[in-house]
Amino acid sequence: MPPSLLIEQLLNGLQFGLMLFLLAAGLTLVFGIMDMINLAHGSLYMIGAYLTATFVGLLGNFWLAVLLAVLGTALVGMLLELSVLRQLYRRDHLSQVLATFALILIINEVVRIIWGSQPLLLSAPEGLSGPVELLPGLSYSAYRLTIIGVGLLVAALLFWLVNRTRVGMWLRAGASNREMAQAMGVPIRPLFTLLFGVGAGLCAVAGAFLGPILAVQIGMGEGILILAFVVIVIGGIGSIKGALVGALLVGTVDTAGRAFLPLLLSQVASPEVAANLGPALASILIYLLMAAVLFFRPQGLFPART
Amino acid sequence: MKKAIWLLVLLALGFSASLAQTRTVKVGFVSTLSGGGAALGIDVRDGFNLAIRLLGNQLGGLPVEVLVADDQQNPDVARQAVDRMLKRDRVDFMTGIIFSNVLLAVGEAIFEEKVFYISPNAGPSEYAGEQCSPYFINVAWQNDNLHEAMGQYVQTRRFENAFLLAPNYPAGRDALTGFKRFFKGKVVAEVYHRLGQLDFSAEIAQIRAVRPKAVYAFEPGAMGVNFIKQYAEAGLLREIPLFLPGFSADADVIRAVGRAMVGIYNSSQWALELNNPVNQRFVEEFRKAYGRIPTLYASQGYDAALLLDTAIKAVGGDLSKKDELRKAMLAGFNSTRGFIRFSPNGYPIQNYYLRQVIQQPGGEIVNRLVGTIFTNHRDAYVDRCKLR
Repeated sequence: MPPSLLIEQLLNGLQFGLMLFLLAAGLTLVFGIMDMINLAHGSLYMIGAYLTATFVGLLGNFWLAVLLAVLGTALVGMLLELSVLRQLYRRDHLSQVLATFALILIINEVVRIIWGSQPLLLSAPEGLSGPVELLPGLSYSAYRLTIIGVGLLVAALLFWLVNRTRVGMWLRAGASNREMAQAMGVPIRPLFTLLFGVGAGLCAVAGAFLGPILAVQIGMGEGILILAFVVIVIGGIGSIKGALVGALLVGTVDTAGRAFLPLLLSQVASPEVAANLGPALASILIYLLMAAVLFFRPQGLFPART
Repeated sequence: MKKAIWLLVLLALGFSASLAQTRTVKVGFVSTLSGGGAALGIDVRDGFNLAIRLLGNQLGGLPVEVLVADDQQNPDVARQAVDRMLKRDRVDFMTGIIFSNVLLAVGEAIFEEKVFYISPNAGPSEYAGEQCSPYFINVAWQNDNLHEAMGQYVQTRRFENAFLLAPNYPAGRDALTGFKRFFKGKVVAEVYHRLGQLDFSAEIAQIRAVRPKAVYAFEPGAMGVNFIKQYAEAGLLREIPLFLPGFSADADVIRAVGRAMVGIYNSSQWALELNNPVNQRFVEEFRKAYGRIPTLYASQGYDAALLLDTAIKAVGGDLSKKDELRKAMLAGFNSTRGFIRFSPNGYPIQNYYLRQVIQQPGGEIVNRLVGTIFTNHRDAYVDRCKLR
């Protein structure tokens, strides 16, 4: 196996993992601090992508469009928290799952009404649509490199926010013991609304940057939401560090599985069997990883609550 | 006695009423109209509707009613829609399905009701061979065909080896089987991925590592758009030539991918500039009605309606004559590809062409007809079908 293949697949895994992290970060905080299962998190990711595509169409500038989409999605997220989700904090998880599942269906239909059922076109900005030569013989998509850069930047910002600011301290306090934090005078209600806005904004960043690679279409949030849940279960609910490690693990394992499993299988089995078995095995690999983590560390790798 | 007379009068009235009322043809149209495969279903639907409109909302002289349903590319959803149309709406014909896995999930149910299914797209090998049915006609092609044509073309260009890529579903496997039937070089890798996958980074890295002489990819709909875009972004398009079936290189994909497509060779049973009156009218009317360039999918939808029209006319509008209807359909019709006959398994015998994506002086990017790869080509499974 040539080293360039390995490097390229690692970069692919990193790029995918960082985008998963942006989704999982919001999800894990909401789940960890508010004890709230929000299935509609994926819908915010979809809204972010749709807003980006719309703003790109209107303004013609990708970066400005991303900024506006992030602000817009954060606003939608906060409105959602104020109007609907706030009523659900005191309910049990089943009610939350049912209500937020209903939200998925409602938001999908609203998006269909506004934008139609055909996928929207969103292209990478002109200057980034070509390849960059990293090493002799290894060129890599400039756009994917940009995604990695943006992902790292946002992750660093988030760590600074959570670990170095007062709001971050409240968040960590809320994640490790909500009642105690409340008793100590942490302003929980506005904090929750803000948290929701930040989570939605992070979703929008992921949606905006993945839009040109994947497709801006209805239901795009559901598939990736499942992966985001896998990430937070692996990483430990409520932990930003756990979300980062979990996301990078899932991203790498998923990419490596798709790339190398069929190759490995074709060494030992016939091409027909490898072709049929490889993709199937690759797609269950991350769930195997999750099962293994749950078996050895039921709280996840970095549990917020001890 | 009086009662009996009244009864007779009523009966007579009833009869004359049913005689006076002309029969309508009900066509059930189930297709993929949302999600990543929506562009295909919408083109087939628009082509089909256009033909019916140009025929004066009639098929073979009978007024027509088309019931449309979206299968969301989901076999379960398709099953429900098909059941409803067969049992409740009692449709006379069914058509519309794009994806072979969806068709294979509902085909048996349609054939059991002795309802003809006119396939405007999906042409699985299953229904060409042992499981062929007298109620199945495909106006487009058998799944392998366009890939066979491309395999033949890549073979004539004498590439020593090729890397093959397709989604893991019945038509994906048919596609690469078809390609390999005519390509005699070495197949360095045959990669199948999940249907509906949109990020091809892992596959592209593999291609870069293997360094094949040519790449052949069957990627319909949104998968094709994403694969070609990402293949170009990775800088591979300049280094390793990419060959495609017409599905991944028609107007829908060109619109989404843009300039990167220019120069790519692809195969098709239909082309924009095919020189026959049916096609000229189709292309002109389609552009007028929808304001876009028709794709091969649109031509297939259009042809499905023309075939129905021809066959219903041949039986004088009597839809109960199933055998005659079948014979009339197999005998052929004037399509957008000229006159086309069918094999006993319901698949067409036709030419396959080579096209190249070019940019016209005006800036418009279109497919240009370059040559003919096969003439009067049949599918490879017809001998395994017991029907005559």
